[in-house]
Amino acid sequence: MTTTDIETVVQADAPAKRAGALRRLLRRPLGVMALFILASLIVLGLLEPVLNTHPPTFSSLQHVNAPPGTPGWPFGGDQYGRDIWARVLSSINVSLISALIGAGVGLMVGVGFGLIAGYVGKRTDAVSSWVFNLLMTFPSLVLIIILFPVTGGTFQSTMVIFGFFLAPGIFRLVRNLVVGVRNELYVDAARVSGLSNRRILTRHVLYVVRGPIIISAAFLASAAIGVQAGLAFLGFGAAQVSFGAMTSDAFVNIYSQPVQLVWAAGFLALLNGSLVLLGNAYRDALAAPQATVKRRPRRLLGEAVIKPAVSDTPSSKPAADATSGLLTVRNLWVKYPQPHGSEKAVVRGVSLDVAPGEIVGLVGESGSGKTQTAFSVLGLLPKEASVSADALAVAGESLLDKHAGAMRRLRGSAIAYIPQEPMANLDPSFTIGSQLVEGLSAGMSRREAKDTVLQLLARVGITDPVRTFKSYPHQISGGMAQRVLIAGAVAGRPKLLIADEPTTALDVTIQAEILDLLRDLQGEYGMGVLLVTHNFGVVADLCDRVLVMRSGEMVESGNVRSIFHQPQHPYTRELIASILDEETVRTDPAPGSARTHEEAL
Amino acid sequence: MTALLTVSDLRLRYPGGGFRKPSPEVLKGVSLEIAPGETLGLVGESGSGKTTLGRAVLGLAAPTGGSMVFGGKDITRMPQRQRRPLAQDLQVVFQDPYTSLNPALQIADILSEPLIAQGVDANEARKRVGELLDRVQLPANAAERYPREFSGGQRQRVAIARAVALKPKLIVCDEPVSALDLTTQARVLELLIELQRSTGVSYLFITHDLSVVRHISHRVAVMYRGELVETGPVAEVTNNPKNEYTQRLLLAAPTADPDRQRERREARRQLLAAAG
Repeated sequence: MTTTDIETVVQADAPAKRAGALRRLLRRPLGVMALFILASLIVLGLLEPVLNTHPPTFSSLQHVNAPPGTPGWPFGGDQYGRDIWARVLSSINVSLISALIGAGVGLMVGVGFGLIAGYVGKRTDAVSSWVFNLLMTFPSLVLIIILFPVTGGTFQSTMVIFGFFLAPGIFRLVRNLVVGVRNELYVDAARVSGLSNRRILTRHVLYVVRGPIIISAAFLASAAIGVQAGLAFLGFGAAQVSFGAMTSDAFVNIYSQPVQLVWAAGFLALLNGSLVLLGNAYRDALAAPQATVKRRPRRLLGEAVIKPAVSDTPSSKPAADATSGLLTVRNLWVKYPQPHGSEKAVVRGVSLDVAPGEIVGLVGESGSGKTQTAFSVLGLLPKEASVSADALAVAGESLLDKHAGAMRRLRGSAIAYIPQEPMANLDPSFTIGSQLVEGLSAGMSRREAKDTVLQLLARVGITDPVRTFKSYPHQISGGMAQRVLIAGAVAGRPKLLIADEPTTALDVTIQAEILDLLRDLQGEYGMGVLLVTHNFGVVADLCDRVLVMRSGEMVESGNVRSIFHQPQHPYTRELIASILDEETVRTDPAPGSARTHEEAL
Repeated sequence: MTALLTVSDLRLRYPGGGFRKPSPEVLKGVSLEIAPGETLGLVGESGSGKTTLGRAVLGLAAPTGGSMVFGGKDITRMPQRQRRPLAQDLQVVFQDPYTSLNPALQIADILSEPLIAQGVDANEARKRVGELLDRVQLPANAAERYPREFSGGQRQRVAIARAVALKPKLIVCDEPVSALDLTTQARVLELLIELQRSTGVSYLFITHDLSVVRHISHRVAVMYRGELVETGPVAEVTNNPKNEYTQRLLLAAPTADPDRQRERREARRQLLAAAG
């Protein structure tokens, strides 16, 4: 192995420092504002002893219902002549402590049990889920009020109890997140590395699921503040200075001094609002796109319309010779917009032809643009892709500027498609039969369609077509599902079949059967086939011609034998050389087995 | 007996199943041995139980019968606490490099974790990370990066580095190259062979790809529906298979040569026709 491995060289540029969720939060105006408000309120609360002009319970008869701005009484006085400003500061502290206790207890109980229930599973999970579900059914407010004599009515003890009632929500969230993470391979790897369960839970599980927990913590805190204020407003624990008690007092004066209501309600709204907005901003920050390595797009939303090339390359003659072959592609470009405004071309000026009755293999490694090329022909690229070509025609019909409806009709008749993952391409909630009939029902009665489907199923080698017709996708194997999709694809007697890695997800014995089936059907229907694959064995088995792609460009094309025996382009040579040779088996002896051999002698 | 790992008559069924109808048996009495420094290729199709066997050896699936002896110790039903020191000698490389590395941890943390878990001092462990990256031919600046900044092949190198960090005696490789591109696959196999030559580690190499097995294995075991149908030296099993299923499997794998593949296709047709 040489040291000039292309693959091992990590691009030395762009240290690509990960922007943590917190830093991304600070880039959002909403996040900055919510954080600023919350922090200011906390500072006000902490500085209460310095800032207040009187103790919150001090009352002065001269200042009963004093207007705001009275010297020494900046927010005025209430009906008992108490300093509203001092009471606001004190209430902030009460609310913050309520939030800490309520959310803290809820988080500790919910996260603790959620982690254990999700990770251990089985009986622990069943029992704790049952208990928390039961807890959820209790009317929490009523219970807190009933327990008032027991708890002594302090807001701290009330919040401890309320924390337990907040726990079920968190418990369910954490449990479900953990169940999703528990079976990840990195958790298995950590177990194999000999990590203790506690360490796996904190380092691998909790760390990964922390985002949603932080978000709901903000909402829990705001719920705790709201409930504390609500109870105090109703008169439970009204002896304690708090926003609830203040609102209640101000309520009495609502006709004479309505401004008194503003202070308590305003600060309470600011506090709760900042918590909720902070939670939202953090969620947005977590959901924001990051610099991730993209895996193959699973779902395609909308479709891009293929534009005629805007003469970047004026030399190429447009569409003149486009009618000769079955599929003609000239100078195809596919570009995707990048986050920072520029465009990235994933297919760069590809031209290819497929003649009627010909099987053409399109090979390349991941990221070579082979699937993008095939999907352009199908008209199935996502909307944000900008696709252009000098010519793109199937059976003499140009696909340039075709709108979605026309492409759909074409896909039903002239072009058919076989996907890589058969199971993902069948709807799990409908029977196989109904999905196939639906695709056919245009132009024939349901009876005819059903008969045709049954014939097709028999044709693609399904032994009991009637039973498969009535089956749901989960009831059949992957190989069968691929046969079903092939039946669906050839139902419209297409002229061109595009197969995207049709056997990659299948076992070799099944793969051999599917390849046989494709070869037979191709001969029978005389279809042209564009076969996208990375497997040279499949190419050798099926293809007449081969096109080799690398990073969006076509590097070589030719007859299948000449590609295998006299590859011209260095990249093709490298690919062919990477195929593990069948003749060479490993011959160097294993040291251990050699020893046993000697001992045997 | 010098075998490093001896598996005898291993049986396993996953929990579940009905009240009177137990869940189907995934392993139906599997026996195999791996010598020190040897690669045993375990070939089979999906559902054959090959991955389950690997997980049983790793202690991630509990056997219902039979026994496993590793380095002289019975590990069949070893509780997790006792198993922990075993991590020194028994490691794993999984198939999917996208989910086998924790996305939230830096490469340095991923690599130092098994060392720290086995009692290596944290500073010392960080120092070893550089050596490990060098071993798997990744640049030293990879340490402060996150898994998502790497390609599939590079991630698999990180997974291999994590596995060899503790200088184990056996690594269970579960389809380690099947998610990789052709050129990458060849390089990762080279790396695995080079590591074996220099450290004398054994591999239980689980794969469905026969050409990969030929390349890396000293001996091959073919698994079909929870049973081993054929075991032997790699040349013998792949060139001269005795078992009917092994023959079918070998003929089904397409070879990368149009003319030879045509012959193989014919041979397969005849075999299937003869079988009825």
